Amino acid sequence: MTFKIVIKRLLFFVLVVWAASTIVFFIPRLSSRNAIRERFGELARTGGFSPADIEKLIASMQQQFGLDKPLLEQYWQYLGNITRLDFGYSLSRYPTTATEVIAQSLPWTIGLLLVTTVLSFVIGTLLGAVAAWPKSPGWLRSMATPFILLTGVPPVIMGILLLFFIGFRLKWLPLGGAYSVGVVPTWSWTFFFDLMQHQILPALALILGSVGGWVLSMRGMGITIQGEDYVNFAEHKGLTGGRIFRDYYLRNALLPQVTGLALALGTVVTSAVIVEGLFGLPGIGTALNLAIRANDFPVIYGIVIFITIAIAALMTILEFVYPLLDPRIREN
Amino acid sequence: MMETIPGIAEVGSRNATAAYDASKTKTVLRVSGLEVTYYTDLGRAKALDDVSFTLGAGEKLGMVGESGSGKSTMALAMMRMIKPPGRIERGQVIVDDVDLMSLDEEGMRRARLSKIAYIPQGAMNSLNPVIRIGAQMADAIRSHMRRESRSAIEDRCAAALRSVDLDPGVYRMYAHELSGGMKQRVCIAIGILLRPSVIIADEPTSALDVVTQRQVMETINKVQADINAAVILIGHDMGLMAQTVDRVAVMYAGRLVELSTVKEMFTDPKHPYSQALINSLPNLDKRGVFSGIPGLAPSLLRLPSGCAFHPRCPHGQQELQRSVRPAPVILAGGRMVACHLYGEEGHAHE
Ligand SMILES: Nc1ncnc2c1ncn2[C@@H]1O[C@H](COP(=O)(O)OP(=O)(O)O)[C@@H](O)[C@H]1O
Ligand code: SF4
Ligand SMILES: [Mg+2]
Repeated sequence: MTFKIVIKRLLFFVLVVWAASTIVFFIPRLSSRNAIRERFGELARTGGFSPADIEKLIASMQQQFGLDKPLLEQYWQYLGNITRLDFGYSLSRYPTTATEVIAQSLPWTIGLLLVTTVLSFVIGTLLGAVAAWPKSPGWLRSMATPFILLTGVPPVIMGILLLFFIGFRLKWLPLGGAYSVGVVPTWSWTFFFDLMQHQILPALALILGSVGGWVLSMRGMGITIQGEDYVNFAEHKGLTGGRIFRDYYLRNALLPQVTGLALALGTVVTSAVIVEGLFGLPGIGTALNLAIRANDFPVIYGIVIFITIAIAALMTILEFVYPLLDPRIREN
Repeated sequence: MMETIPGIAEVGSRNATAAYDASKTKTVLRVSGLEVTYYTDLGRAKALDDVSFTLGAGEKLGMVGESGSGKSTMALAMMRMIKPPGRIERGQVIVDDVDLMSLDEEGMRRARLSKIAYIPQGAMNSLNPVIRIGAQMADAIRSHMRRESRSAIEDRCAAALRSVDLDPGVYRMYAHELSGGMKQRVCIAIGILLRPSVIIADEPTSALDVVTQRQVMETINKVQADINAAVILIGHDMGLMAQTVDRVAVMYAGRLVELSTVKEMFTDPKHPYSQALINSLPNLDKRGVFSGIPGLAPSLLRLPSGCAFHPRCPHGQQELQRSVRPAPVILAGGRMVACHLYGEEGHAHE
């Protein structure tokens, strides 16, 4: 991989983030709605401020957010803020900044969503590979079937079913929350186990529905690859079954799966909003949900921009990783 | 089993016209009664029916026949690589006194490449696209010689690459960086890595241009001489074949119908199908790819009764041809032909 290609990819990354940020900047400004006015309008109705005071407040807020300046100047400032990851103060949780809100909720989402996505990928891919391999034992192969049957059951439905049967009926696991009420987060095993107990159902809700998809795509690819001449020739060479499986079959069938993984990681936030909401977990999804309800624009902006950067970064990483997996695309 | 090929100078002088001197070699390959059936949805197809022949060390056998006549099936059966719905029904493949059919799975795995090597028909896609050529040569060695040191493996690979006229630098390359001819050479290099007694090359040149075809053929000739292996060369191109092999086997509908030396085959083919093949060659030199013979290739699912060739044979109108399958007959000079025109009456065959 040449230096030129690295630069090209990085520039592309910047371009994607810039384009997305620009869209995010202009879309709300195209609408005639004014978030500050709407918010203080609510206040005025409930609080009994005088209209003049409200107007003054609105004006000062407009100034504070720079909304009184010309659009182009606002845009420049906005771009500058993004490069510093500065999205301003949260409106609903003042004086916390939007960046702090994101930073606080991010570990929860990464902990749950990233782990379950990668776990589903690994389990599904291996099961799919085994399911398509003619020499694998029957019991191992049949393990893929229940997952295939669950394919595409939405996390909400899966979550509700799990909550109802395992949490509510059997009472084996807690019904929601990140940890038990009254427990103080500390670095102790007791807290850790409490935490894990609360993560099991949401994790299952996410994993059970998505493993089947990986199984199906991998199995399809596996059936194609096992008919390839190089897999046959590997057997003619007298290689052991394990080596053929790993270096000739799995290694090739894996390539499209890796692309799929990057795409799936991109949709993590969608699942986060649903599952974190259902299970009452304090992640990015919940933060976004709350921010939208509270018209907390800085946080919404922050999260949207942050997700854009994260996805663009993942794609860029993939672009660097993929040539390592497939030498054929190294040249161009 | 240190005997010589049947019908050789010392024993009975029946193969005196052989281009190579078989009298000094020992038999390394003995195929007998090999039978393969494909159990398809439309019925059973006997793709290989009672095929028998022997080969001596250093001998080269060309195998010709229309597409679908069972050439690849024979090669795969010898490697015990027939996949469902196919099945090896019976027969022996004895390499260096060991019957491959009697080995267990692990024993057969070890025999592949070390005793009997197969150079595939589709060399274009026979190399793994995502790992280096060197790794694909090294893993072949390592799976047969666990204790071989890394440097010994690399030396062996470099030697193999050199003997097929490839730069040892190919070791570090990937399949997509090689031309078709180079890929085919790599496959040949892999085939000779462990100096097997028998090498089967299935249409090794069919996807290559004419110049490369000749080069690859010369390469096969050269490495074959180096390691003194018996070679079975499957192919369409009679011209290329004539320059390379010692004997020619003609397959028809899964049966071996004639086995003669190249000279005999080109000057005096015995089986009517062989005659048709030779006559169909484009020019007087009898070189080039045969253009096909009149009539339809038979369907294995509805094979003609008696002699499978009778509907296309100029002599096929008699009752005998239609009802009785001709048995193989050994003629003077040791050549084999399965046709009622030769020898005594053939005997009925199931
Ligand atoms: N996997 C298979 N399933 C069913 N029939 C097969 C299969 N492979 C080969 N055959 C049949 O066996 C016969 C011989 O095929 P093959 O050995 O490939 O011939 P050749 O190599 O001489 O062209 C053909 O009639 C073909 O249709
Ligand atoms: S046996 Fe009869 S039909 Fe068959 S090839 Fe010989 S002459 Fe022709
Ligand atoms: Mg073939």
